[in-house]
Amino acid sequence: MDLITLDAEPVRAAFADAGAVVPVGARTHWEVGGPPPQGREVAAPAGVVAYDPADLTVTVGAGTPVDALDRALAEHGQHCPLDPRDPGATVGGVLATGLSGRRRLRYGPVRDQVLEVRLVTPAGRLVKGGGPTVKNVTGYDLPRLVVGSFGTLGVLVQVTLRCWPRPRAARWGTTTSDPSTVRAALFRPSAIVWDGHATSVLVEGEPADVDAELRAGALAPAEAPPFPHGAHRGRVSVPSAALVALASDLDAIHGCRWAAEVGVGTVHVAGDSADVLRDTRAAAHARGGWMLREAGGAPDDDGFGVPVPNPQLHARLRDAFDPDRRCNPGRVPW
Amino acid sequence: MALGPDRARAEPLELALYARDAGTSEGRAAAVCFPATAADVAAAIRVARAHGRPFVARGSGTGLAGGATPVDDPVVIVTTALNRVLDVDVEHRVAWVEPGVVNLDLSRAVAPLGLHYAPDPSSQQACTIGGNVATNAGGPHCLSYGVTAAHVLALEVVLPDGATTVLGGLAPDTPGFDLRGCFVGSEGTMGIATRIAVRLTPDAPAVATLLLAFDSVDAAAATVSGTIAGGVVPAALEMMDAQITRAVEDFVGAGYPRDAQAVLLAEVDGLDGGVGAQVDLLREVARTNGATSIRVAADDAERTLLWKGRKSAFGAIARIAPNYYLHDAVVPRTKLVDVLRTVYAVADEYDLTMMNVFHAGDGNLHPLIAFDRRVPGVWERVHAAGTEILTACIAAGGVLSGEHGVGLEKRDLMPLLFGPDDLDAQARVRDAFDPDGVANPKKVLPRGSRCADVQTIPDGTWI
Repeated sequence: MDLITLDAEPVRAAFADAGAVVPVGARTHWEVGGPPPQGREVAAPAGVVAYDPADLTVTVGAGTPVDALDRALAEHGQHCPLDPRDPGATVGGVLATGLSGRRRLRYGPVRDQVLEVRLVTPAGRLVKGGGPTVKNVTGYDLPRLVVGSFGTLGVLVQVTLRCWPRPRAARWGTTTSDPSTVRAALFRPSAIVWDGHATSVLVEGEPADVDAELRAGALAPAEAPPFPHGAHRGRVSVPSAALVALASDLDAIHGCRWAAEVGVGTVHVAGDSADVLRDTRAAAHARGGWMLREAGGAPDDDGFGVPVPNPQLHARLRDAFDPDRRCNPGRVPW
Repeated sequence: MALGPDRARAEPLELALYARDAGTSEGRAAAVCFPATAADVAAAIRVARAHGRPFVARGSGTGLAGGATPVDDPVVIVTTALNRVLDVDVEHRVAWVEPGVVNLDLSRAVAPLGLHYAPDPSSQQACTIGGNVATNAGGPHCLSYGVTAAHVLALEVVLPDGATTVLGGLAPDTPGFDLRGCFVGSEGTMGIATRIAVRLTPDAPAVATLLLAFDSVDAAAATVSGTIAGGVVPAALEMMDAQITRAVEDFVGAGYPRDAQAVLLAEVDGLDGGVGAQVDLLREVARTNGATSIRVAADDAERTLLWKGRKSAFGAIARIAPNYYLHDAVVPRTKLVDVLRTVYAVADEYDLTMMNVFHAGDGNLHPLIAFDRRVPGVWERVHAAGTEILTACIAAGGVLSGEHGVGLEKRDLMPLLFGPDDLDAQARVRDAFDPDGVANPKKVLPRGSRCADVQTIPDGTWI
């Protein structure tokens, strides 16, 4: 594995002129959130900066594709569960949008995998936040602020991630039983995906445990369930307690295809028209949740469809890093 | 009236009681109040501000970095009367609690449901969830389960301007910045949490606890590195050196081997197959590194006893010296052997009694210097040795604090880890929450962290 040295100069140079700066990865998350702005496009460096498997941490350029990172970690029997829907996504793209993968139930959200970030701010500063160790409370948690910030605080150029031993076995199983019953029967499954008919469960660990858990949940061996497909896609975030009620609402929406992450509260939604997203969003609001646009949608969709909580805090944080709104302007409505 | 007369105090004796936390720094409070509701907290903040006073939040005062030490004559707002578990949702594994709920009380309350609250600081019998949120507290079992930030879903907080709001939520994601994640670990400088939604963790079906003894600290540290490198992240992996092991054994009689130079307390949990495989690997790595004894707890009683030894370590130190200074740094796990050697060498150089009892699995060192403050000159040596140790940890690629926080005691060491631009960014984040600087002033960031508002900087001036 060849290591790279961080060169933030091209990104920094992009801020030297006036105007908007737009970070670009693999464009797999290009339509997530608000509309992609016009401006000077910059790419973060790609490649592994440092990796000592015995530390279970890896430092990469933010432009590194997730599948390339996964291959580098797999050589040493490790992984980092970023799990984007399209594995060609870059690490920076996943973190900027803050979209967690389907194994969140077991490994937690992507923000919990991030130990240290380096970003270039519009003032031309290379700012480090967090630290390279698996445990750290030294100072304010810039990494968590950056994850899901849609590039509005600066351009993420380098990140240190936590790695995990790769499970020796990983198998999906399926059943028509109620998902909450299945969940109660299992210990720390990695994912539970429910589409209203079938409950699909990913179990990881020692082979004997995986077999035992599949039996305990009366799960028949199966392939990984597909994500809902369609030109118009969204991601609903709803309290777990409201998931079953929301599912009935979604079934009543014509042409709405959905798959829910049980125990998490994320629902992947797709349809063939923008109306599906509009109606899904209304249903999500009524159940105490909201929907992020992932692709398609109506031309006037701001991507979020809901006022940001604590708008004044958001404005002050953006002012603190980007007073002239040069970082991905318009990508978020707050 | 904002708060009843029984909920605010300014008598000299009470002010003296709240002049410090469990660390070594001391300050002075202008008044102390004991709110019983979230509205009381907001009222206390508004009153403090109306009198031009800052405020400092305080739970049980078990913090070790001076985070709750009152500076600039503040109003100290004690949250211990806000001690109710408000709601437990068993199916969705969430509890809403008030900030003054004691950490262990929460786990005890949900134990009959087969659940627990995973972060388990050594002070868990006394420390509060609110204090845990402030410091982003850890504990032995955070090795595989994650620290406080991974277990807090939502926070109702009173911001420094007196307004009440909610950060995060029970839905998995919230539109906007992760203000919840930013607040956790902010050491009381962004407001005061008044209700906290925490994740509850199901008890594992299988648990194994091992006590591994070694004839050198190096061998124990190499076992830690070898375990992690071997693809096992135990639920907990704690190290105790010879002196602390003997002190603990004298104190609680947990059956620790008195002749060991170091012991590891390891716990693995999960399903039967995984637990068995992890126990096998731990045994093998320990044997390869010359373990002198390997003991696996036979039952829950033995397991509890082994843990009692570890959790009593700090109490046991009173048998050695009247005072101790407990450090908290993290180094990459591959550097444990080298850094521990340096830690002992520094203690020798300053002629100090050094003990180590720490979360070895995640590289979280707790070098502990036992001393008698009455001895002239010893305090200066303790401080100098501490700074040297922390400098060595940073040089090895580590950080200043793994779970205790920065507070006052490490504030001026922040530049060891962060450059001017890094500190400036942190100062800006803090200012966004607290533009007037009234929430726990002078903590975390050293004076002068905020750089001038420079929009462009000449080439080559940044790191």
